[in-house]
Amino acid sequence: MSGMLALARQSLLEPAGISEAELDRLMGGLMGGHVDYGDLYFQYSRHESWSLEEGIVKSGSHNIEQGVGVRAVSGEKTGFAYSDEIVLPALLEAATAARAIAQQGGQGRQPVAWRGESGLQLYQPADPLASLADDAKVQLLERVEREARAQDPRVKQVMASLAATHEVVLVVRSDGVLAGDVRPLVRLNVTVIVEQNGRREQGSAGGGGRFTYGYFLEQEHALGYAREAVRQALVNLDAAEAPAGAMTVVLGPGWPGILLHEAIGHGLEGDFNRKGTSAFSGRVGEKVAADGITVVDDGTLPARRGSLNVDDEGTPTRKTVLIENGILKGYMQDTLNARLMGVAPTGNGRRESYAHLPMPRMTNTYMLAGGRDPQEIIASVDKGLYAVNFGGGQVDITSGKFVFSASEAYLIENGKITRPVKGATLIGNGPDVLQRVSMIGNDLQLDPGVGTCGKEGQSVPVGVGQPTLRIDGLTVGGTQG
Amino acid sequence: MSATTDTAMTVASIVDVASRERLTSLVQEVLAEAKQQGATTAEVGVNISQGLSVSVRLGEVETVEHTRDKGLGLTVYFGQRTGSASTTDFGSAALRDTVRAACAIARHTAEDDCSGLADPDRLAREVPDLDLHHPWNPGVDKAIALAREGEAAARGVDRRITNSEGASLSTHEGLEVYGNTHGFLGAVAGSRHSLSVSVIAQDEAGMQRDYWYTAARDARTLDAPAVVGRLAADRTLRRLNARRLSTRQCPVLYEAPIAGSLLSHFVGAIRGGALYRQASFLLDSLGKKVFTDFVHIHEQPHLKGAMGSAAFDGEGVATAPRDLVRDGVLLGYVLDSYSARKLKMPTTGNAGGVHNLTIAPGPDNLAALLKRMDTGLFVTELIGFGVNTVTGDYSRGAAGFWVENGEVQYPVEEITIAGNLREMFRHLAAVGSDVDRRGNIRTGSILIENMTIAGS
Repeated sequence: MSGMLALARQSLLEPAGISEAELDRLMGGLMGGHVDYGDLYFQYSRHESWSLEEGIVKSGSHNIEQGVGVRAVSGEKTGFAYSDEIVLPALLEAATAARAIAQQGGQGRQPVAWRGESGLQLYQPADPLASLADDAKVQLLERVEREARAQDPRVKQVMASLAATHEVVLVVRSDGVLAGDVRPLVRLNVTVIVEQNGRREQGSAGGGGRFTYGYFLEQEHALGYAREAVRQALVNLDAAEAPAGAMTVVLGPGWPGILLHEAIGHGLEGDFNRKGTSAFSGRVGEKVAADGITVVDDGTLPARRGSLNVDDEGTPTRKTVLIENGILKGYMQDTLNARLMGVAPTGNGRRESYAHLPMPRMTNTYMLAGGRDPQEIIASVDKGLYAVNFGGGQVDITSGKFVFSASEAYLIENGKITRPVKGATLIGNGPDVLQRVSMIGNDLQLDPGVGTCGKEGQSVPVGVGQPTLRIDGLTVGGTQG
Repeated sequence: MSATTDTAMTVASIVDVASRERLTSLVQEVLAEAKQQGATTAEVGVNISQGLSVSVRLGEVETVEHTRDKGLGLTVYFGQRTGSASTTDFGSAALRDTVRAACAIARHTAEDDCSGLADPDRLAREVPDLDLHHPWNPGVDKAIALAREGEAAARGVDRRITNSEGASLSTHEGLEVYGNTHGFLGAVAGSRHSLSVSVIAQDEAGMQRDYWYTAARDARTLDAPAVVGRLAADRTLRRLNARRLSTRQCPVLYEAPIAGSLLSHFVGAIRGGALYRQASFLLDSLGKKVFTDFVHIHEQPHLKGAMGSAAFDGEGVATAPRDLVRDGVLLGYVLDSYSARKLKMPTTGNAGGVHNLTIAPGPDNLAALLKRMDTGLFVTELIGFGVNTVTGDYSRGAAGFWVENGEVQYPVEEITIAGNLREMFRHLAAVGSDVDRRGNIRTGSILIENMTIAGS
């Protein structure tokens, strides 16, 4: 039995006095009638956050959440109930409510032998909340604040926050699989406001991943975020109005990979494609991107924010090729949609918590590097936009239209970066935009570990990445037409 | 979990005398425990809720979800130091640990002159019944039938409705009790029910999706499923065969359901937190003209049965109707006690947000607004987050219709609309009479004189 599973059983089942015999009984209660598949998702999570502004750590919070989600699947139907009390009677009640979805009758479930799914070992099962003394957390934020202010006298406000989650999950499936995971997650964010001659601008930076607070102390990571936030804010003090209209856009490496997340990632999630509601539905095997473009969703990157040892249905994550050399290869699947589409699950079944149903979600989505020097890519553009930092994005799955909003961008004129322009939203069409990529950089980078993806009201941590890209004819939503 | 094995059986409301008493004594116990552990003052909020959500797609049941949640949140003050904690476990050991966690945090946070409970003289003395709680338990079968009816109505409108994202019916009710060591204790029960339908239309040019929903605190006032379905279908069909626009400047009319986003950005800029951090494009705007002359914006916290009604805010402070903007002039900010102290002002009773923010409607219905715009963009959908509250810079993805001579010409998509909110508010040209009352922000369609459209 894997270490993660043993830890999960120890944290979630033992305190509740739930043994394998009780799991048999619960699964028996869930699987009565015409239920094809069922699972129980036990979860315990502790979360803390500390925030600093005006030079002092003003507030902190500590939250505990625990419960069990109980799901019964019959054909395309799903019954779902949950309990925030991990005790047998409450779980039996939840199982009864969940299975009411299916017709009664049919064969009762025969007990199966429980077997452990070992999953991957991408991160240490440490509790990040306990990885640093509370005093040291406060001091870390104070150092970040001082670093930001030391960068430039125009820095007027510094807001910094430090957060950690310690989550233990256990998936109990009707096919006998037991899978556990212990998932650390930390994050540090800095936002600054600078002022010059009455004009104010902001800049933000941060990072994190599935490790402990120690990361922020190594190699001055935390101080680096402070410097980066100030740098961005100062750039924006000099920014002119952004251009409006279709033009050549060069996207920087790393976080601008949010392009992939919005333009193609969501459209390649299994649920939309099973239902035929995605602009990419039925297009496997078609050319959807320029030659040389390969995009993967990879939940197996060690310690990344979007990585998981097993997904929230107990399937080990994997590296799934979405687009290979421009050709659409496949979708991201959870167990329900994989079964209905007759393909294998890809380890993309994720949920916000025990109180939410799993669905196909991205992990870390990125494009592999090409061969071009990034400088050469910029030099190739006569007139265009160079966008290196972004805020959020969104997509209309069905029409394929997507947006993502630049927070740091520059004009390119005659092959040279000339001056900063204000942030603007970029808009494009998912099935079309990657066909407009004309140059791929050799500088693949992943984002620093700050991404959160929302879908149908559920938030999960994700990662993105890409090399520098040149895209011909993307619409830039500035004000200067 | 409730025992709802028989789908015909209805679940009893979780809001009753017993649950009120239980939550009230829980609040008192936790406040006492906080004092016991050394807190100078403390505040506690507890909530319980339950609900049912069903979804159908292409006539078949897709999901049946039973929800039942509870939570307790606590803030303790040790002098001027603050700590917070929350839990979903109401066991006595867990509650003690939660208090301990909040107190541990308060030992490490800094002294802050402005922290603390709301001033005692601002706390609500009475809690009038605002008609917010109408539990409705249709049962699973009836819920499914209503969702089916809505989806079927949409699918029956036109053969170009080829697919569906489904219809869902949700019903929720809950009880919240808030108390603090100034002796305030208030309970509020509420409900929300909704039916939404989302369908897909297809023609040679491709697929489009749109949706419609009805939502209310009292299920008897929901629109009929057939009406919701019909609107969802009409809204989807009219988007088929959308074109792009070339880049240009023109007036933009925001349809009522999305016009509220402009008021959300306004609230974001006059929130205390944004003001004391100097992170707003409306700094020092009190008493100044921020909108066109005819614009009046007010809060109606005591509106019976409305989505945003509340007798007291998140700190127990009594709410009151008030004007935020009169004749275009900003008369008030949106403050809680903390930000009010930072700004050396009294709180406005907005801990937790605004209450039924309403912009006074003008005389024109949608057709008249389109006539008035004459030529421009009618926006019905916005995507993305390109709004900067510090500078007011605004740039979002849009879809809608191109309008000439006051008539809709054709649907448009894959464009952005951009401007600066300060300028957009000053050049707000009209507010429609077509008020959307489903949410906490109530507005008709809003016409902005001029924006930049970026397209092909």
